[in-house]
Amino acid sequence: MSIIKPTRRGLLKTGALAGAGLAMPTILRAAGYTNEPTGGTVTFGFNVPQTGPYAEEGKDELRAYQLAVEHLNGEGDGGALNTFSSKALKGNGVLGKKVAYVSGDTQTKSDAARASAKSMIEKDGAIMITGGSSSGVAVAVQGLCQEAGVIFMAGLTHSNDTTGKDKKANGFRHFFNAYMSGAALAPVLEKAYGKDRRAYHLTADYTWGWTQQESIQAATEAIGWKTVNNVLTPLATTDFSSYIAPVLNSGADVLILNHYGGNMVNSLTNAVQFGLRDKMVNGKQFEIVVPLYSELMAKGAGKNIEGVFGSTNWSWKLQDAGTKAFVQSFGTKYGFPPSNAAQTAYAQALLYADAAERAGTFNPCGIVEALEGDGSSLPDINSAANTGYLFDGLGNGPTLYRKPDHQCFKDVLVMKGKENPDNEYDALEIVEITPVKQVWYEPDNPMFAGGELGKCNPGSA
Amino acid sequence: MLGLDKRDTLLLIIVSVLAILGPFILNPFPSNSALAQFNAGYPDLMQRFVIFGILAIGFNILFGLTGYLSFGHAAFLGVGSYSAVWMFKLLSMNILPAIILAVVVAAVFSVVIGYISLRRSGIYFSILTLAFAQMSYNLAYSVLTPITNGETGLQVYTDDPQYLMGPNSSTVTNLFGLEMRTTHSLDLGGWEFHFNVGYYFCVVMLLLTFYLSVRIFRSPFGLMLKAIKTNQTRLNYTGINTRPYALTAFVISGAYAGLAGGLLAAMDPLAGPERMQWTASGEVVIMTILGGAGTLIGPVLGAGAIKYLENIFSKINENVLQDWFSFLPHDVQEVVVWIFARFTGEGWHLTLGLMFMLVIIFLPGGLVEGSQRIMRLVGIGKAKGKSSGQGEDDEHHPKATPHVAE
Repeated sequence: MSIIKPTRRGLLKTGALAGAGLAMPTILRAAGYTNEPTGGTVTFGFNVPQTGPYAEEGKDELRAYQLAVEHLNGEGDGGALNTFSSKALKGNGVLGKKVAYVSGDTQTKSDAARASAKSMIEKDGAIMITGGSSSGVAVAVQGLCQEAGVIFMAGLTHSNDTTGKDKKANGFRHFFNAYMSGAALAPVLEKAYGKDRRAYHLTADYTWGWTQQESIQAATEAIGWKTVNNVLTPLATTDFSSYIAPVLNSGADVLILNHYGGNMVNSLTNAVQFGLRDKMVNGKQFEIVVPLYSELMAKGAGKNIEGVFGSTNWSWKLQDAGTKAFVQSFGTKYGFPPSNAAQTAYAQALLYADAAERAGTFNPCGIVEALEGDGSSLPDINSAANTGYLFDGLGNGPTLYRKPDHQCFKDVLVMKGKENPDNEYDALEIVEITPVKQVWYEPDNPMFAGGELGKCNPGSA
Repeated sequence: MLGLDKRDTLLLIIVSVLAILGPFILNPFPSNSALAQFNAGYPDLMQRFVIFGILAIGFNILFGLTGYLSFGHAAFLGVGSYSAVWMFKLLSMNILPAIILAVVVAAVFSVVIGYISLRRSGIYFSILTLAFAQMSYNLAYSVLTPITNGETGLQVYTDDPQYLMGPNSSTVTNLFGLEMRTTHSLDLGGWEFHFNVGYYFCVVMLLLTFYLSVRIFRSPFGLMLKAIKTNQTRLNYTGINTRPYALTAFVISGAYAGLAGGLLAAMDPLAGPERMQWTASGEVVIMTILGGAGTLIGPVLGAGAIKYLENIFSKINENVLQDWFSFLPHDVQEVVVWIFARFTGEGWHLTLGLMFMLVIIFLPGGLVEGSQRIMRLVGIGKAKGKSSGQGEDDEHHPKATPHVAE
C-alpha cells in the first residue's frame, strides 16, 4: 500500500473525478415501473424455504413453479393451461416474452426471506415474487414487494393476517386461511365428536399459529366446546414432550395441534407416544385434531395420523379436470403426486401470467386491476363484497379472487388420516368438500380487520 | 490530517475511495455476461457489506484491543433494530431519530450486560455473553411478543400512530425527505451500476465509525485496552483497575452494533428475532477473525467476504452449475456438478468453513496478513504491518494472549 503516495493535488483530482462520476446525469432505464422487462425474457422470482422446518413444502412448491414455467413457455403437456377457464395464455411465454426464473432460499426466516427477495428484485430483475411456506415470511415479503413495486403472489400462507390486517395492494393469496379451516372443520367435528368437548390447544408461536388458534377456538366454541388452555410453542421446537405431559392432567378430551410442517409431525408423534389417543377422559375417547393438514406432513407422521381430522386447500384425489391435468403432468415429471403447497404455487404462477396477458402489461397496477377482475361473482352468495375475478379449471372448482382483500374463495376440503393407506401418498382421505358458501366471510370480519390494501405501487426504475 | 498520522490518513483515504467507488468495484462484469452471477453491486448487498463492516469494526474494538471474546454481539444488533423500527412506528419514517435511539438503547443495554459479564474473563466471559444473547433472543421470540411481534418480526403498519408524520410525509425510510431506496442506475456499455442513497448514507456512517475506531486504536485509552489484552493480571498488580476500561470498550462496541442494527432497519424497516440468534453472534466473530482481529481494516474485509459468500455463492444452485458444465460429457458433468453443488448453493457454509480453517491455520492474521504477504512477495513495499495497527516492531512487544486462551 505504500506505493500510493497521496499528494494534495492527486487527492483533489481523485475527489473531483469521483464527484463528477456521481454527479453525472444518470441514464435511467426507460421504464414506468420496477424491473420493466426490455429483452425477450421476463423473470419470475421463486422465494421458497429450502432449509428450516418447512423445507419439504418449499421444495415441492419449487417443483410446481418449474412445471408452471415449462407450461407457460409451451413445453411439456401444457398441464392445467388446457383446463383453465381463461384462454389468454397461448403457451408462448407471457406477452410474447419467454419466462425465466430465479430461486432463493427463505430459510423460513423473515430476515433471510427479505434479503433473498431483495436480491431477486435488485440483482436479477424479477418482475414478480412468489412463494413462502410460512405466514411470517409471507407477510414480511409481501410488505417488501409493496414497497419495491412488484407483485407478490403468496404461496403457502394460511394466517388470517396475510389478507387481513397485513394485506397489501400488490399482494395476492390463492391459498385458503385459518378462518376457512375453522368454518369447514367445526361441523365435521361436531358430527364426529359431539357438542360437549373440552379442547386443549398447542399453538405455533407466530402469526399463523395465533390466527389459526383464534379461528378454530371461535369455531369450536360456536358448536358448544369449551377451551381448557392454549399453550404457545416456539417454531423451532423439535421435542414437544414437555408440552404434551400437562395435557393429561388438564381434564381436556381433545388436543388441537395448531402446528404445521415438521412441527406438527413432531408434536403429533409425541402425543401418540404419550398414549393420548388410547385414553378415556370424561367418559369419552381422547381425540386429536390438526386444523391444517398437508400430504407431506401426513407422509412424515406415518401411522400416527390415522383417524385424525384436518383441512386442506386441495387434494390430488379430487376428480375435476383441472386437478387431473395438473396431477398428470406433475406425476409424469417427478414421479409422485403433488402436495397442496405445490398446487397453490402452480396456480399462483399461472394466475399471474394470465393476469399479465389479460392486462397487456407487466405493470403491477395493470396486474392488480386484472386480478381484481371485471365484477364477476360467486353464485349464491349475497354480499356486496362478492366481486372480483372468477375463474375455474385450476383444481378447486369455481374460484373468486375477491377484490376487497385479494383473497381467493373456493371450496375447502376436510380430510382424515386414512386407516391402512395403500402407499405413502395415500395417507389422507377426503371426508367432505365444504362449499365456499359455508367458509365465506365479510372483509370486515373482526379476525381480518385492522389493515387496508392501500394503493397499488408500480415502483420506479 | 484530522489528528491522524500519515499512515492512518492513507488508510482512511483508501477505505473512503473503496467505499465510494463500491458500485463500480462490485460490478466488474457486464450484466449480460455469464459472469454477472458474481456481481455483488446491487443496493441491498452493498448496504449489507457496509453495515456488517460497521458491526465488525465495533466488535474489533472489544475483541481486537482487549481480547475479550463476546459471543453476544447479535443481541445489541437486534436491540438496535427493534428500537429503530419502534421509532418508525411511533414518530415518522425519518431515520435520524431511529438511528439515535438504536445507538442509545444498545449502549444502555450493553452497560447492563457488560457490567455483569465483565466480572469474569476468558471463556466464562464468552459464555456469559452467549447466555445473555440467547436470553434476549428467546425474550424477543416469545416472551416479549407485544414489543417484538415474535417470529413474524416487527413491521410498520399504516395504522401505527406515527405522531410526526405529516400528510405529505414519505412512507418509506428517509432522511428529511431523501428516500433511502432511491437508486440511480447508470448504463455504460454492457455494464450497469447502481448508486443507492441508502448505501451512501451507510458509507458516511462507516467512514465516521472507522475514523473513530482509528482514533481509539491510537489513543492512550486504546493503549490501555491493548495492555489489558497483553497482561491484565500485571495491570491489576500495578494497582490499575482495568474493569472500567474494559466496560467502556464493551459499551462502545455495543453502541457500534446498535448503530449497525439501526442502519439495517433504516434500509429495510423490519426487525426479526433471528437477528439475535447465537449463530448471528458467531458470524461476527468469524468475520473479525477471518479479516484479521486487531487490525483496523480486517473486520471490514471479513464482513465483506462472508456476506459475499452468503448472498452470491448461495445463489449458485444445481441448475446454474449444470449450465456451466454443459460442455462436458453427460456423465462427467453429473459428477462435477454433484461435487461443486456441495460447496455452492445451500452448501456455502461448507465453503466458508474451509476458508475459515485455511485462514486460521495458514494466515493467523486473517485476510490482512494474506494481502501483506502477497505484497511482500511481489516486492511492493518492504513494509509489514502497515495497516495492521500492531506497530512496526511487534517482535519486541510481549505476545498478546487473548482471554479466551487462558
